[in-house]
Amino acid sequence: MTASAFRKNLTLTLLVLAALLLLQFVLPEYYVLMATRMMVLAVFTVGFNALLGYVGLLSLGHAMFFACGLYAAGLSVYHFGFSLPAAFGVSLIASAALSLVIGAITLRTIRVSFMIVTLMFAQVGYLAVLYFAEWTNGQEGLSLPASARQMALGPWTLNIADAVTRYNIALVLLAASLGLLLFYLKGTRGRVATAIRDNEGRTEMLGFNVFAAKLEMFVLSGTLSGAAGAAYGLLFGYLGATFASFQYSIEALLFTLLGGAGTLLGPLIGVVLMVAMIDKLSELTSAYFLVIGVILIVLILWFPKGILGTIRERWAPWLL
Amino acid sequence: MHSKYNPLSLSMQRRTALKTLGGAAIALTSPAVLRPGFAQDGTIKLGAPMHRTGIGASYGRWYERTATAAVKLVNEMGGINGRKVEMIVEDDGTDPKRGTEVVEKFATQYKVDAIFGHLFSNVVAAAAPRAGELKVPYFICSEASLLGAGKLNRYTFQPGITDVRAQVQAMAPWIGSTIGKKVTMIFPDYNFGHDHRDFFTAAIKAQGGEVVAKIAVPPTETSFTRYFPQIPPSTEVIYHVMVGPAVLTFVKELGDYLGSKRPEIFGFIDSLEAVNFNTPQLGFLEGTYFWEAYPRYAQANQTEFDKFFREKVGVDANGASIADPKDISTYSHMFSCWETLFVIKQAMEMANYRGPEQKKDLVVAMESMTSFAEGKEHPQGAKQFNGKTHQVFGSQNISKVEGGKLKVVHRTKIEDGLYESPTDYTKMDL
Repeated sequence: MTASAFRKNLTLTLLVLAALLLLQFVLPEYYVLMATRMMVLAVFTVGFNALLGYVGLLSLGHAMFFACGLYAAGLSVYHFGFSLPAAFGVSLIASAALSLVIGAITLRTIRVSFMIVTLMFAQVGYLAVLYFAEWTNGQEGLSLPASARQMALGPWTLNIADAVTRYNIALVLLAASLGLLLFYLKGTRGRVATAIRDNEGRTEMLGFNVFAAKLEMFVLSGTLSGAAGAAYGLLFGYLGATFASFQYSIEALLFTLLGGAGTLLGPLIGVVLMVAMIDKLSELTSAYFLVIGVILIVLILWFPKGILGTIRERWAPWLL
Repeated sequence: MHSKYNPLSLSMQRRTALKTLGGAAIALTSPAVLRPGFAQDGTIKLGAPMHRTGIGASYGRWYERTATAAVKLVNEMGGINGRKVEMIVEDDGTDPKRGTEVVEKFATQYKVDAIFGHLFSNVVAAAAPRAGELKVPYFICSEASLLGAGKLNRYTFQPGITDVRAQVQAMAPWIGSTIGKKVTMIFPDYNFGHDHRDFFTAAIKAQGGEVVAKIAVPPTETSFTRYFPQIPPSTEVIYHVMVGPAVLTFVKELGDYLGSKRPEIFGFIDSLEAVNFNTPQLGFLEGTYFWEAYPRYAQANQTEFDKFFREKVGVDANGASIADPKDISTYSHMFSCWETLFVIKQAMEMANYRGPEQKKDLVVAMESMTSFAEGKEHPQGAKQFNGKTHQVFGSQNISKVEGGKLKVVHRTKIEDGLYESPTDYTKMDL
């Protein structure tokens, strides 16, 4: 990436983040809530896209990492009374460790096998949530008490159940994840990752350790997903087995494909459009998942690069 | 290793894509979608999160029909405090996460006066805390024993149907004295099933009986044959309660497994809600017993209130839709929507409720209620309401399958199901 392309990407990202910062002052209450949810899901999708878009690995089990972060943070608050920052730290360590182990195993496979193996691990994760119902309360899940969602910040009390606080925490997390990925991609390691996506054989022939580079991105991806899960659990106060289900892995894929795989801001655009669409369509019909399925088919057949991917192809080749 | 695989390598036809996106954009900006902006002023807005899809869909369909009929009747009666009632329905997919989001949507976007209609306990457990945080009165039509256990909050009420704890406590004496004391329980492996397991185990023990086996089945299970060998030979009574789309499979497979020599069977009607008793292979249920909150088949001593309720909701004497006799209702649960709506009406009238700024008055009015008389508003029967625990108590029915229909053989008293609870939500902040 040239310095000018990096500057353009950085400026665009900062502009989007600034717009999001301002948006909270104009949006009505419900849309602030929706936007908060979207930003957290966008972090999850940024993590998913790091793997699909920049290394070319399609995981069907990313809900596992989201749920890992969700439960690691939530359960340490619920059962052990951890403070919020400590719980968030625990979730990062847990999801990094889990993705390291899962990545070390699954990256020995490729293409369809990789998808199947990640899917199977995610199913194990989902069933584990149900199996350890004594801790997780299974299908019903756990609600974090209001008292556990506050923390002292000097003389003040920070209540993360408060809509504005929650919005800004989600925004900071999104900014951090976008920044992390942007700088990662700018560096040598990022270029190795994209080289693997473009031509794995050639990258290997050039002497790069392809497995290590893939594993590194896998851990980054899993940890970002875990961070999103932790934020979701702590900010919205509910931990449930639904988050570990297959549907969540597919949603991340759908968000990414819509926004544009391999684009920095594509996941955010995908999440915003898809979540808004689900919300609105569910008012009109109970078959909204059918409509979403049709959209996925249309995307794959006629619109495979997604929104930002198409913009990059036609008008803005500098887009990362 | 060279990989040519690229899932994103297909080309696009821009015109087609633009057409698709254009269509979606038009659909999303249509008046039907912008409904909240067109909501009428001066109405009482009630949010109804319904299980239109997911494993609770058969319940959701009938809950919605019942609630719609009740709202229509309330409006024909002049509304509430002279205001028309508008019901806004959204699907929650019987999913705790979506259920919570829908509650948030009702509270912050539609700005409803109250929310009612949630049934599945996992959805209730997730959504109720949010309703409490958002301070919106949340009326559940569930059977979850969460309220009495002190797990919910001041804004959550269950005024339309009894909870599992009261149900099993009321019926255990009859089961122990009439059909047997050694019981094997088969139940879904989540909160609702666990309530059955825990409360019935205690209740039958108090009758000198015991639970000889507890068979928990994951709620997403579709085949049950492998669970039945766990039924011990000493079993006198099989107690089953299942929910979800696989209930018919469950009952059929149970019949196949047991054959002609079977112990007594006591089921919760949940296992066969929305299922026709005249289905072939259900013949083995003849002579078995079921719990019913509200008898599906019109009984010989049918009350005028039951006749009225069936007529208004569109249900015949067999508990099926008048429009389609094959469409069996969830009769034993759906009355809770009807009764809940009339309780909301009564409480709003007591509080002289005019708008959302009086939500606290509505909560206080609810907590002051003590009893509901049997009538058109409460066709299932009279009830007692505990303002401290926000839970209602009523009568239960035990029915026997005779000639492919359910005939009530025992009806419990309200007092049989009453239990003490240290919970007092009135002490929580409003």
